[in-house]
Amino acid sequence: MEIMQIQVNGRERDVPAGTSVATLLRDLGLDGRTLVVELNRRIVRPPETESVQLEAGDHVELVHFVGGG
Amino acid sequence: MAPLEIAGRTFASRLIVGTGKYPSREVMLEAIRASGADMVTVAVRRVDIENPDRDDILGTLSPDEFSLLPNTAACYSAEEAIRAARLGRAAGLSDWVKLEVIGDPDTLLPHTEELIEATRVLVAEGFVVLPYTNDDLITALRLEEAGAAAVMPLASPIGSGLGLLNPLNIRIIKSRLSVPVIVDAGVGTASDACATMEQGVDGILMNTAIAEAEDPVEMARAMRLAVEAGRCAYVAGRMPRREWAVPSSPLEGVPPPA
Repeated sequence: MEIMQIQVNGRERDVPAGTSVATLLRDLGLDGRTLVVELNRRIVRPPETESVQLEAGDHVELVHFVGGG
Repeated sequence: MAPLEIAGRTFASRLIVGTGKYPSREVMLEAIRASGADMVTVAVRRVDIENPDRDDILGTLSPDEFSLLPNTAACYSAEEAIRAARLGRAAGLSDWVKLEVIGDPDTLLPHTEELIEATRVLVAEGFVVLPYTNDDLITALRLEEAGAAAVMPLASPIGSGLGLLNPLNIRIIKSRLSVPVIVDAGVGTASDACATMEQGVDGILMNTAIAEAEDPVEMARAMRLAVEAGRCAYVAGRMPRREWAVPSSPLEGVPPPA
C-alpha cells in the first residue's frame, strides 16, 4: 500500500494513497461529530467527504466550536 | 418588557453571553442558564485530534437550548474573518456571525476598515452579521449601510471590565441607527450593565464579567437583573437632574414649633 503524507491541523500525518476525507475522519475517530473540514482552504461539505480524495501535501483543517466571547 | 428583535428573530433576553474562560463546563452551563440569555457566542478553533471532546462546546451546550452565535475572534484582517465566518456557518448550526476584526493585540480594538469590508462581503453571502466595533458613530453608520443586522459598539476594551467609558457616544450611536445596538465588551459588574442599558441600547453582550467573577452563577443572575432593570429604567424615563434639593413631603400642615 502506497503511503502519502498530508498535514492535519498543522501536523504531518501518513495516510494510504487515495484516502478520502470521510475515511480520514473515520480513522481519526471523528466521524459523526459536528465539525467542519477545510481542505487547502476550501470547505468540504458533509455530502462531499466520501467523494473528495486527499493528495500528498494536502493541508486539512478540522475545526469545531469551543468556548469564546 | 418588549423582546429584543434582530433580523426578524425575537429573543426573550436582552443579554447575550460568551462561553469562554469559565472555571468549568458545569459552572458555565449553570451561569448561562442563570443569565437568562438565549443566544451565546462560540469560537471556531482546531479540533484537538488526540482529545476531541476536551474543548467541544457542543458537549456542554445544546443548540436546541441556546442559539449559537459563532465569532471570528483573533482575526486581524477581513480575509481571515471571512474565512472564520464561513467555517462557523459550515457547521450547519447558524448563519449568524459575531464579526470581529481586531486591529491591535494590546487593546483588541477593532480594525474598522477591514470590519466594514468583511461585513459587506458576508452580508452578500447571506450571513446575518453582528459586527463588534468602536463607540464611533461614523463606523456604526457605515456598518449599517454595509448591511449589518445589528451594530455592537464596545463599552470599553474586551476583557477590561472598565464599564461604560463613553455613554455619550453610545447614546449618539443609538439615536442615529435603525438596526439594534448591542453593547459588546467592557462591562465589569452589574451596575455597568444597568447603566449601559439606561442609555437606551437594545442589549448587551458580555463574557468575562460573568466568567471571571468569583461566583459566575451569582454574577450571571446579577447581570440578568441589571439588564432588565436598566431597560425598565430607560423605558420608564428618568426624572430630571437638579442642582438643588426639592422636598418630597408637603410644606403645608407641618405642626408649628412649640
